[in-house]
Amino acid sequence: MNRKKERLIKYLFTALAFSSLVFLIGIVLVLFKEALPIFSRVSLHDFLLGESWYPTAEPPEFGILPLILASLWVTLGALVICVPLGVGSALYLHELAGPRQRALLKPVIEILASVPSIVYGFFGMVILAPFLQNAFDLPIGLCALTTSIILGVMATPTVASIAEDALSYVPRSFREASFAVGADRWQTLTKVIIPAAGSGISTAIILGMSRAIGETMTVLMVAGGSAVIPHSVFDPVRPMTAAIAAEMGEASVGSDHYHALFAIALILFLITFVFNIAAELISRRFRLKLGLSR
Amino acid sequence: MKKLIITLMALGMAGAASAEKVVLEGSTTVLPIAQKAAEVFMKNNPGADLSVRGGGSGVGIASIIDGTCDIADSSRAIKPDELAKAAKRGRDLKAHVIAMDGITHIVNPANTITNLTRAQIKEIYTSRAANWKKFGGPDLKIVVISRDSSSGTFEAFSEMVLDKKKVRPDAIMQAANQGVASTVARTPGAIGYVGLGYVSSSVKAISVDSVMPSRETVLKNKYPITRPLFMYTNGAPAGTIKQFIDFVKSPEGQKIVNEEGFVGLK
Repeated sequence: MNRKKERLIKYLFTALAFSSLVFLIGIVLVLFKEALPIFSRVSLHDFLLGESWYPTAEPPEFGILPLILASLWVTLGALVICVPLGVGSALYLHELAGPRQRALLKPVIEILASVPSIVYGFFGMVILAPFLQNAFDLPIGLCALTTSIILGVMATPTVASIAEDALSYVPRSFREASFAVGADRWQTLTKVIIPAAGSGISTAIILGMSRAIGETMTVLMVAGGSAVIPHSVFDPVRPMTAAIAAEMGEASVGSDHYHALFAIALILFLITFVFNIAAELISRRFRLKLGLSR
Repeated sequence: MKKLIITLMALGMAGAASAEKVVLEGSTTVLPIAQKAAEVFMKNNPGADLSVRGGGSGVGIASIIDGTCDIADSSRAIKPDELAKAAKRGRDLKAHVIAMDGITHIVNPANTITNLTRAQIKEIYTSRAANWKKFGGPDLKIVVISRDSSSGTFEAFSEMVLDKKKVRPDAIMQAANQGVASTVARTPGAIGYVGLGYVSSSVKAISVDSVMPSRETVLKNKYPITRPLFMYTNGAPAGTIKQFIDFVKSPEGQKIVNEEGFVGLK
């Protein structure tokens, strides 16, 4: 009886564990199925490299280069903010902070991660955008810079907490060995700890990038939404996620526009998929290097 | 235990079915009218349960075709391809004109511009015209604000002013009338277009072809960019839906239309 129950429970948990695989495969299948029909109308080349996005004009134009570049542009900007902030916080927490600072800062960083994205978007729209508009004398504050700053702050907790984990995986023996040969704290940090945790920190940065490029609500509210190829940080942009969110509601099921939006989602998925695979490979190497089991 | 859960579920479903819930979705131009009318209607009919949301005319019509809303608010007439789609799904959409509106062009109060011709507006929205000086305004970069394509206001504007020409790609896109109004209010060089009910003291309405949009000019069809506002139902309305549509068209409902800044019928 007990045996039977145990086996039943084992199967149950196996099924639960594999369910995420099922979801992933399901999502991929649907993305491909709904995205592919658009390529009978537009070639992959024209879709990816076309410079005008007029999905509802007559005749419609489905070039998503401005959207892809907008996403990459704001993500790059976000990295400039979240890498120093996130890695710096991790180093401080791990190396310098006493127990009291840690007890305060760790939960604060986690709360930053749990603020809903619409709150960030609202803040960006009402406070940051007008501020930057005045500060830089811009025609309009809803632009790539505003978006990058907000996305950078949103990605900071991801980078900080994963980078801090990476630092804490560096075995004590590394540090002790370094001190033993007479290195000081700064030398130990820059010559031993950071190189040892380097790939873990890279993982943190890549996951932060994933977070930034996939964010939707905030970019919809603060990016401005102009489907043009960005030439400066002050240009309003229309990242891929914003285009999907703004247009999905009215694109009638089965229309070219509908399939084109799915194709954008597919491209976005592939980009984040590559990011995550890279992060996984790097972190695996990292764990091996430190002599930890994988 | 199981039985209890099943009973509760059955009760829950019965409960949901008895309070007839009516969902209105679509145009953000119609939204303030629909919201206020639904509020008053629910106060008068305590049993009724109405829920109102925006999204844009295109979203409302797509939803009523998919069966996820009961009344689609729209600031444009239904398009032939939408009609074909509705017919395929066995839906027979009925239009109810509930108000008139003038698409109003607004600029920042700091802008000295007071009038533009339709040709000028078309030039601003479709060419690379960069500075207000060209149109007799201050030396200020023009920031063009438009609406996402799900907007009925955009479709009507595109038809009546742009002759369906494409809006310049660097236009700022907003999802709702309110978004256009507040962006124009914060941006000195901005120009945008909204339903008449969204004009407030934080933006400046300008005249088009020397006619100022107002109740009078819209009703007399003097203002060049006027359009009806619709509510669409699936088939002839019945029950709570009929009561609500009748209420919106009644003198009390039309008073709400006027109070919200739009133009009542008659």
